[in-house]
Amino acid sequence: MEEMFSNLGLGLSVAFSLQNLLYAFFGAVLGTLIGVLPGLGPVATIAMLLPSVYALDTTPALIMLAGIYYGAQYGGSTTAILINVPGEASAVVTAIDGYQMARKGRAGAALSVAALGSFFAGCVATLVIAAFAPPLTELAFKFGPAEYFSLMVLGLIGAVVLASGSLIKAIAMIILGLLLGQINTDVISGVPRYSFDIPELTDGIGFVAIAMGVFGFGEIIMNLGRPAEQREVFTKGVKGLWPTMQDFREAWPSVLRGTALGSILGVLPGGGALLSSFASYTVEKKLTKNPRVPFGQGAIQGVAGPESANNAGSQASFIPMLTLGIPPNAVMALMVGAMTIKGIQPGPQVMTSNPDLFWGLIASMWIGNAMLVILNLPLIGIWVKLLTVPYRFLFPAIVVFCAIGLYTLNNNSWDIFMAAGFAIIGYAFFKLGCEPAPLLLGFILGPMMEENLRRALLLSRGDWMTFMYRPLSASLLLAALALVVIVSLPAIKAKRESAFKED
Amino acid sequence: MKVKSEKDFWSGLMFVVAGTGFAWGATNYSFGSAARPGPAYFPFGLGVILAVLGAIILFKALVVETEGGDRIGGIAWKPLGIIVGSVVLFGFMLPLLGMVIALPLLVLTAALAGDEFHIGEALINGVVLTVASYGMFIKGLGLIIPVWPSFIG
Repeated sequence: MEEMFSNLGLGLSVAFSLQNLLYAFFGAVLGTLIGVLPGLGPVATIAMLLPSVYALDTTPALIMLAGIYYGAQYGGSTTAILINVPGEASAVVTAIDGYQMARKGRAGAALSVAALGSFFAGCVATLVIAAFAPPLTELAFKFGPAEYFSLMVLGLIGAVVLASGSLIKAIAMIILGLLLGQINTDVISGVPRYSFDIPELTDGIGFVAIAMGVFGFGEIIMNLGRPAEQREVFTKGVKGLWPTMQDFREAWPSVLRGTALGSILGVLPGGGALLSSFASYTVEKKLTKNPRVPFGQGAIQGVAGPESANNAGSQASFIPMLTLGIPPNAVMALMVGAMTIKGIQPGPQVMTSNPDLFWGLIASMWIGNAMLVILNLPLIGIWVKLLTVPYRFLFPAIVVFCAIGLYTLNNNSWDIFMAAGFAIIGYAFFKLGCEPAPLLLGFILGPMMEENLRRALLLSRGDWMTFMYRPLSASLLLAALALVVIVSLPAIKAKRESAFKED
Repeated sequence: MKVKSEKDFWSGLMFVVAGTGFAWGATNYSFGSAARPGPAYFPFGLGVILAVLGAIILFKALVVETEGGDRIGGIAWKPLGIIVGSVVLFGFMLPLLGMVIALPLLVLTAALAGDEFHIGEALINGVVLTVASYGMFIKGLGLIIPVWPSFIG
């Protein structure tokens, strides 16, 4: 306990330096901005900013990227409440009751409950990370190659069973990602693989090129291919910022439950903000007896719970990334990418070898959350004005920033051409109903998985049963298998499909 | 045989082709043995798994009924061609013409992909974005990007 506070103290001293404060602020503002703008998510934005990571120090760079991630959760709920357009997938459930509250002129109450609930959840989640990271890290040091391989299998499977869409296609996308990660020079034998004698390919495909091609350019093509949507905005109604005492009384149990739920679910592979907010809404609907306003018609519990849960979940999802080096979602995969760019191999050793980075990042989340509350409550009016920026100005800007970023990766145009290629592939994925996020996770983990698999087989002299003989590895693999079986059960399958048929 | 799900049919086919391609490509490298896995070991295994998964998806697409045939729908050729084309053009032009020409050109060409195109707006957007990029990337982050055409600078 004492150690936890001394660690947090170290983190606070790092996070409170002027430079890091500025980057946390910048990240939080930028995150809110892109959260408010539909059609631009944290994945695309972080991918867009990855090249700038080269020019920054590691700690401020990661603090900024983290700020974008949780800032986007805030911004996403603002638009969900005000205009029924969830800026982020995790804000989909917030829109159900939040928008109804706004229509009844209670937008101010909804927005401030969302902001305060998120802030509370963010504070708790920061403590949870600080408390659980060291023991998990110690456990991770006991891992051999076999355990790591099995953990990655569990992580990848976990990430897809909770995703929407067809399970078998998602698994196929993971494997395709793993295979794309095989285009490189084999670390053990030094043989270039799948390079077709193109020198650029012997270093592997740039992670940024895939991310920008699929999520940056691909999404633009996808958005432009759709007919322009009709939006109904009523910003005049945002009066009376503060919720009443009764609102507070009704909201706080939901905030507590949402925070607890998000902190637990966020740690699970594949968890994070989206799952947490869905689960919380279900729980609130079950547990709230005789709500003053029925759910679906503007119940404050339906805003407070999911909003707290998605913030707690998005922060708790840093735990597997920071302690085990396993990204549980696409944003964390990008964070791993950013750390690798800076020459830091994510994993249990980060905490001991870079304590400044580790604890500074955690402490900055708390500071960033505080900034978001201060920033968001008075600035809601401005964020809503941003929505009036037409997409025809926005998308060329995204294209420009991606293209410049791609050039600066290696100071040549190779990555620009690669990203253009992946834009076509990304659009094809969208058209064929294949979700690209699992591909990215597979691509990030591919080389690590291969290395651990081959090392485990070397150690066991070619005995594949090593993965089952070692108890820790066996239980991880069994957990992965159980996940697949559970999700394939007809009753759950139907429920899962209906849960994702939101939009 | 009739295709029951268009999306699954083509994605299944895509996975089969990609899996077979990677597995076939792996045969160029040393396979090793289970005790000493070579560079081909992992990609070959993955390629085979992917091809099998693709075949299952393909099979389901031909057998299992879906609502409305799960159509792929029209392809947005215009934005696809224009966005990809303008990005590739930028890749060729940037080293030759520098940011001051290549970047506004990128904004102008990319803007053509939208439903509404106004030349005036696109020009203003181009100038604003070029100035902003210069400030952010060159002045702010100190990145090395060719600014002026190579025949001037």
